Amino acid sequence: MGMWQRFTMIFKSKANKALDRAEDPRETLDYSYEKQLDLLQKVRRGVADVATSRKRLELQIGQLDQQSAKLETQAKAALAGGREDLAREALTRRSGLTTQLNDLHAQLATLQDQEEKLTQASQRLQAKVDAFRTKKETIKATYSAAEAQTKINEAFSGISEELGDVGMAIQRAEDKTQSMQARAGAIDELMASGALEDATGTSKDSISAELERMASTSEVEDTLAAMKAELTGGPTPEVTQAPPTPAVESGQAGAPKPAGDEN
Amino acid sequence: MIVRIMGEGQFEMPEESLARLNELDDALEAALDDEQSFPAALTALLEGVRRSGTRVPDEELFTSDVVLPAAEATAAEVRELLTDEGLIPD
Repeated sequence: MGMWQRFTMIFKSKANKALDRAEDPRETLDYSYEKQLDLLQKVRRGVADVATSRKRLELQIGQLDQQSAKLETQAKAALAGGREDLAREALTRRSGLTTQLNDLHAQLATLQDQEEKLTQASQRLQAKVDAFRTKKETIKATYSAAEAQTKINEAFSGISEELGDVGMAIQRAEDKTQSMQARAGAIDELMASGALEDATGTSKDSISAELERMASTSEVEDTLAAMKAELTGGPTPEVTQAPPTPAVESGQAGAPKPAGDEN
Repeated sequence: MIVRIMGEGQFEMPEESLARLNELDDALEAALDDEQSFPAALTALLEGVRRSGTRVPDEELFTSDVVLPAAEATAAEVRELLTDEGLIPD
């Protein structure tokens, strides 16, 4: 056996160092059990940390998705308004977001995998720690300090492997979540700065501003046209002076028979 | 023989599977300096263990005869672990 023998030896020497031993081997059992419970806590915190990172990532993906959809809508609006240049700009930005989104989705998959593995490791460690506790109580109750040594060594090496393994898994997970948190922080900053454009719509990007300008321009034109029509068309003042003839008008409107016959 | 895959747990291996696993191990060792072929060699070895081994129940406290790197380990990580402590364990 080549590589795995070397790997095994190194791993075990690492794992064994993780457990210091006390003078009385039976005391060592209790001490070790405390350490195991500590590590179990650490693993659970690790699972929670990974879950937090995953949720943050999901939130960012959601925001970028919204932003991407918004840019698509803007592109359509710009094109409808005859502004192909603006539509092109919106779509270019959207394609930048798509690259970012693909990257985030890949990170999310890694985190989900990590979370699942740590959850399983946590369950496995819990089962081993429970088994160790049972064994510990049996050893303490049944054997003298001298006799206990062999039994303790057996229980120890079994659990120390698990502790070493889980300890390294937690370390790997921490390294991964840390680098991801740094990247997530960078994306949050980009969003805050408006470079990716805030998905809440509170800050206005140039495309929104331009579309709004186009919209307000056409609204101004419409209003102007309406006002011009009012000024040039003569009949409007007469409508306001119409009250003298209400009886005739209401008489015509109030006649249901002709309307019914026509139908 | 009991094999631990780091991050996954332990497997009890039947004797007759060992010859094949040794071949896969040799292939992995050969791939240790090659980032390109290492992942496939590691996957092949771990797959071999998972396929021919039986999972050791969680509540059993056994010592492993062999410990293998986690599935996502890179050649660099394994090399680092191997040289980190030197080849003579204390």
